[in-house]
Amino acid sequence: MKDTFRALKISENVYWVGAIDWGLRNFHGYLTSRGSTYNAFLILADKVTLVDTVKEPFFDEMMARIRSVIEPDRIDYVISNHSEMDHSGALPKTIAAVRPEKVFASSMGIKALSSHFHWDQEITKLSTGDTLDLGGANLRFIEARMLHWPDSMFTFYDEEGILFSNDAFGMHLASSERFADELDETVLRYEAAKYYANILLHLSPLIERLIDKLPGFNLNLKMIAPDHGPLWRQDPETIIGWYSEWAAQKPTSKAVVVYDTMWQSTAKMARAVADGIISRGVQVKLLPMEGSHRSDVITEVLDAGALVVGSPTMNNQLYPTVADVLTYIKGLRPRGLVGAAFGSYGWSGEAVGHIENALAEMKVELACESVKALYVPENDVLARCVELGEKVASALGAKL
Amino acid sequence: MTKYECTACGFIYDPEKGHEGSGVAAGTAWEDVPEDWVCPLCGVGKDMFEPV
Ligand SMILES: [Fe+2]
Ligand SMILES: [Fe+2]
Ligand SMILES: [Zn+2]
Repeated sequence: MKDTFRALKISENVYWVGAIDWGLRNFHGYLTSRGSTYNAFLILADKVTLVDTVKEPFFDEMMARIRSVIEPDRIDYVISNHSEMDHSGALPKTIAAVRPEKVFASSMGIKALSSHFHWDQEITKLSTGDTLDLGGANLRFIEARMLHWPDSMFTFYDEEGILFSNDAFGMHLASSERFADELDETVLRYEAAKYYANILLHLSPLIERLIDKLPGFNLNLKMIAPDHGPLWRQDPETIIGWYSEWAAQKPTSKAVVVYDTMWQSTAKMARAVADGIISRGVQVKLLPMEGSHRSDVITEVLDAGALVVGSPTMNNQLYPTVADVLTYIKGLRPRGLVGAAFGSYGWSGEAVGHIENALAEMKVELACESVKALYVPENDVLARCVELGEKVASALGAKL
Repeated sequence: MTKYECTACGFIYDPEKGHEGSGVAAGTAWEDVPEDWVCPLCGVGKDMFEPV
């Protein structure tokens, strides 16, 4: 039988042997509208080495791609750069099929893998600065703790200048092309930003530090090969530059207004707020939760300078979709935002207070008092919503 | 004594309790925790901690 899936040669000695997940739309609560890839890499040297595996259902696809280059049992070493199951899911089956001489991971990776698979697999520990001579290929390792899990690690192939960066510098983008230079830059920047906002934003201080430290490793960097999306063989500095920009979280003249509504009252208020913001020359993104995904909201927040939140009160609580997005944003810790709260209510009206508390926890600076509307907002209440928008815009303007 | 929080994972170092698992005795002030000590949950260094 002839195998369906084939490997792609990406450099002199390295083959891409990953999988393309065209149908993926939900990556643990992140809307992946363009699917994703799980990149795995085969290095041909005296010690044939596999860097990372794929999500479990794609095991056969990965094995077929490997087989198009070399018999899988010729693999000597398997390196696990990250324990999350989109990369380690196929690891137990791979080890069983290949019977490698050695499996490698960081110290945190060894622990995390054992808590996933509850196995007694022997794993050799790698620490920052360790090297591995494959015979004709030399690898170096950099632990990237909390980028984005404790176990995260980078593998650098010295002779070919390839940084296998695991989740860092990745994006959820399925494509027939394997290289960034073959794809539309607008799409690349959007998907890389979405990935950063949803996976890495809360780790921005660590990312700034890592980027500062990179020159110290003296990497002769020619290609960045992340585990999701395209590989950067031309100007890998591009994506590093984007990361520096996003990690700095400099506010821009842009406000995000996120809300939901029961009977269109909070929606009317939201539109008035947006109008107030626009009147001061600040860009607005109005995001009704009825048609917006939490992962798109945080993507808009990434380069925004203001976050305004509106919710009706439902049974003394926040409207559930607003609670959802606030929880999500809070975990991703955007910094340096100004904001405000608004919402309609029928009798008790607690939602606006809940928003104020959530914004305070996120260290969002309140630009003004909140606006509440009893049942349906009249013109005077809508005028106060416009004013709220103006005040948010002014507070933001003062920070730019 | 001031507590310190790991900005990467949220672990809180409480000087009154120290951290037995990583060899820091109860009553050790943050300043006296060894410079090469790492967060017992996620492994980042002392420089990633902030006072809370
Ligand atoms: Fe991950
Ligand atoms: Fe991943
Ligand atoms: Zn930590």
